[in-house]
Amino acid sequence: MPRELTQNRIQKIWVPTKDDRRRAAGAPNFANPPTVIVMVGLPARGKTYMSKKLTRYLNWIGMPTKVFNVGEYRREAVKNYSSYDFFKPDNEYAVKIRQQCALAALRDVKSYLKDEGGQVAVFDATNTTRERRDMILKFGSENSFKVFFIESVCDDPNVIASNIMEVKVSCPDYRDCNKTEAMLDFHRRIECYKTSYQPLDPDQHDRDLSFIKVIDVGRRFLVNRIQDHIQSKIVYYLMNIHVQPRTIYLCRHGESTDNLEGRLGGDSGLSPRGKQFSAALARFVEEQQLKNLKVWTSQLCRSIQTAEHLGVPYEQWKALNEIDAGLCEEMTYDEVKEKFPEEFALRDEDKYYYRYPAGESYQDLVQRVEPVIMELERQENVLVICHQAVMRCLLAYFLDKSADEMPYLKCPLHTVLKLTPVAYGCKVESISLNVEAVNTHRDRPEEVKRGPGTLIRRNSVTPLTSPESNIKKPRIDDLDEAPIQELPPSVASLALCSPSHLPLALAGQDLRRSSSGCHDFLQPCQ
Amino acid sequence: MEDKAPSNPRELTQNPLKKIWMPCKNGLPEKHISQRKVCMTNCPTLIVTVGLPARGKTYISKKLTRYLNWIGVPTREFNVGQYRREFVKIYKSFEFFRPDNEEGLKIRRQCASAALNDVRQYLTEEGGQVAVFDATNTTRERRETIIQFAEQNGFKVFFVESVCEDPDVIQENIVQVKLGSPDYTNCNTEEAVEDFMKRIKCYENSYETLDEVLDRDLSYIKIMDVGQRYLVNRVLDHIQSRIVYYLMNIHITPRSIYLCRHGESELNVKGRIGGDSGLTPRGKEFAKKLSQFIQAQSISDLKVWTSQMKRTIQTAEALSVPYEQWKVLNEIDAGVCEEMMYEEIQDHYPLEFALRDQDKYRYRYPKGESYEDLVQRLEPVIMELERQENVLVICHQAVMRCLLAYFLDKTAEELPYLKCPLHTVLKLTPVAYGCKVESISLNVDAVNTHRERPENVDVSRMSEEALLTVPAHQ
Repeated sequence: MPRELTQNRIQKIWVPTKDDRRRAAGAPNFANPPTVIVMVGLPARGKTYMSKKLTRYLNWIGMPTKVFNVGEYRREAVKNYSSYDFFKPDNEYAVKIRQQCALAALRDVKSYLKDEGGQVAVFDATNTTRERRDMILKFGSENSFKVFFIESVCDDPNVIASNIMEVKVSCPDYRDCNKTEAMLDFHRRIECYKTSYQPLDPDQHDRDLSFIKVIDVGRRFLVNRIQDHIQSKIVYYLMNIHVQPRTIYLCRHGESTDNLEGRLGGDSGLSPRGKQFSAALARFVEEQQLKNLKVWTSQLCRSIQTAEHLGVPYEQWKALNEIDAGLCEEMTYDEVKEKFPEEFALRDEDKYYYRYPAGESYQDLVQRVEPVIMELERQENVLVICHQAVMRCLLAYFLDKSADEMPYLKCPLHTVLKLTPVAYGCKVESISLNVEAVNTHRDRPEEVKRGPGTLIRRNSVTPLTSPESNIKKPRIDDLDEAPIQELPPSVASLALCSPSHLPLALAGQDLRRSSSGCHDFLQPCQ
Repeated sequence: MEDKAPSNPRELTQNPLKKIWMPCKNGLPEKHISQRKVCMTNCPTLIVTVGLPARGKTYISKKLTRYLNWIGVPTREFNVGQYRREFVKIYKSFEFFRPDNEEGLKIRRQCASAALNDVRQYLTEEGGQVAVFDATNTTRERRETIIQFAEQNGFKVFFVESVCEDPDVIQENIVQVKLGSPDYTNCNTEEAVEDFMKRIKCYENSYETLDEVLDRDLSYIKIMDVGQRYLVNRVLDHIQSRIVYYLMNIHITPRSIYLCRHGESELNVKGRIGGDSGLTPRGKEFAKKLSQFIQAQSISDLKVWTSQMKRTIQTAEALSVPYEQWKVLNEIDAGVCEEMMYEEIQDHYPLEFALRDQDKYRYRYPKGESYEDLVQRLEPVIMELERQENVLVICHQAVMRCLLAYFLDKTAEELPYLKCPLHTVLKLTPVAYGCKVESISLNVDAVNTHRERPENVDVSRMSEEALLTVPAHQ
């Protein structure tokens, strides 16, 4: 007898009525069994960069992923780094410690994948010898984990020097050195690995392994034996990212007439202040003096009208349309409360998963917007003129925000967010263009009854923040103090946001009022 | 930055068919502002296959062409072998391909030139965006000629090389597609295979594979051993990235794809479109029969996919096997026309109804979707179908038409009128260069939901003319 179906109240997904398990029949099959991604390569080849970026992407599309950086375990075990001597192949004491660190990290990998709901673990270390890789393969096999290698091969001295400057010189190992000393020591460190480096060999020794070899920062790729969907997506992602400096600008359309009335959704045009903003945006864009700026809009009138003021070519993406509020389209929040009181309450209960009746959820939005993210990765300078919920999704990707935080990220009207990739993360600047607008942000209500876990993980797209590593990292508080500048009234620079638990205060307008516009400048933790 | 005139932004008007906002002057649409098409290449792309005979070049060319066209990138393949068959009416033997056959070489060079000429015409004058130049192209010299040709015309070049030494695979290729070639109509199997092997030999000595060093500045993908390994060099743009992704996801393992719609629904019998209703008793009967059918097929490891609408899930429930719900498999969103009967649409929105008949593929329902939107939405499903093996997809009429159009290489014009009746399963099996279709009716009556294009699609038409082709309902 086929089972009766009920539509679950938050996600509006049809499930067998008697099924009160968290996962209904048909568990997501895209990642069983868990996968261990193993980085391979000499130091300063971008392994940690790729590990963190990939992890951020996988978490955003709903695949619980975590990085295990063996260097961090080593820093925990050996409190003070003295010099590259530690990495000499004949330093028996150190070799033993390094081996223990790798094992400790693998133990945590096992725990993450087996007991903590992880799906993908990224084992970030040099892993340059066959011996070490064999150990990992054995570990994978014993635990029924799939193993996928990502090797980064690069001999361009400019790239390597640049990497060292970006992320090594300011690393905890070198806190007592000046830049030149650090650079020199690091080069010697790399030499220690070179003699024993055995690259992946697709023709003979490693022909049965699944891996991608990234050569010269993405100029070339060798891909061997992709086993499944997730490996295919990982390969596609790695082939689309690049390291060219560039800037991404995110903003919403100018204030719309619906905004003025407090109405959701719809397809209205700009209010007079919205038009003012658009003109200001045009001036702002010109001041930025960008080469080859691409401008993207949604297919909704207000976003296109905003772009029209720029007087430059733009591309319309349907995928950038605002979240579909279904039956609640064009209502005010009060009208929703009145006509659909239960829906109104449910949305506050779980805003990320909540799907409007005959509409969409943030979860749906992430899936819809993923091709935009992929194309943003390919592009260089881009201005995206979109909408509140959409912008929150995009921002959550760049700033590694979880599903829980995403629907409450502050994306006010008439404010541009300027995102610049830096080290392992993303610098954000919030720039208010000084045109008044209504506030459309609803904070998370205080008294929210969290419902029982009736959420479906099928095809789950649940962005998680890339988890903090297990190791207590030393707090990095000794770095170059950024000078406290007198900020121009309309520009507020914000913290480097790599660790995602830092609050993101996009209070461009507030900052105008406070006289001392300075903030903690935090460096990315490694 | 170009001239900007922020004080004079252009007025916008919404194109009535596609519901796209476009700038206009005096109420007329201005020069078209681009909407996000799948590939925004500024210049056309020439894909060049490379490889010995029987390495799957034509298979890849045709499949890739089919995929690119489906996602909206005008693509055409140019198979030099066909040009040769046009020229040399009767194929005698492998001797034609001997490297010392001057006459043969001359003809083959002419054929390649003729094909390139047609490529140029397609890409510069006929609105083509991608041309697939399908030939062996095994020498550096030949490839250099092509590169120069492309440079002269402002085309980007992307090479797709197929390398394979597995004798079983090569044998299978020969049997699948060469034996039936016009070249071998008058030979028996043994003769054909022997001749073809000698033909391959003619190319082997002069074969210069794409080289890591010598060809390091070219953009290419080298496919090794039918997809076990890939070497990707210098992907330049979005479309090349998509092509690489596609090629890395396809496989040639035999399998079947089953497409069907949900069982008959309550709204179906009322002649209403869209909505989220449940199955009628006949619909439930179909679901039961579907279960029996699937069991009888004895398919190994069958994956079952549904949409997130009640009627497909109810259908899957009857199978008593695990299934995966995909929101992107949901039926086309009819926007303001959801749950209406065609008669009501004609009554309330006669203009919309006429526009839809004028261009059913591009027509977007107000606050809804078009077939064109559907295709974009379904692309990840197609990609995953390519990766998978045996799959049963329980979906909806418009969605099924889109998927079918991909497998059967149907045009945008044909797509919205493909026949996908209720209670019928389509079994698709890849064969040679295409797809075999079997239509299996499970013998449970259902209402007909297929509406043919009426004669009169003019906005001025009478109600009766518009409703002429509406199928019967309660």
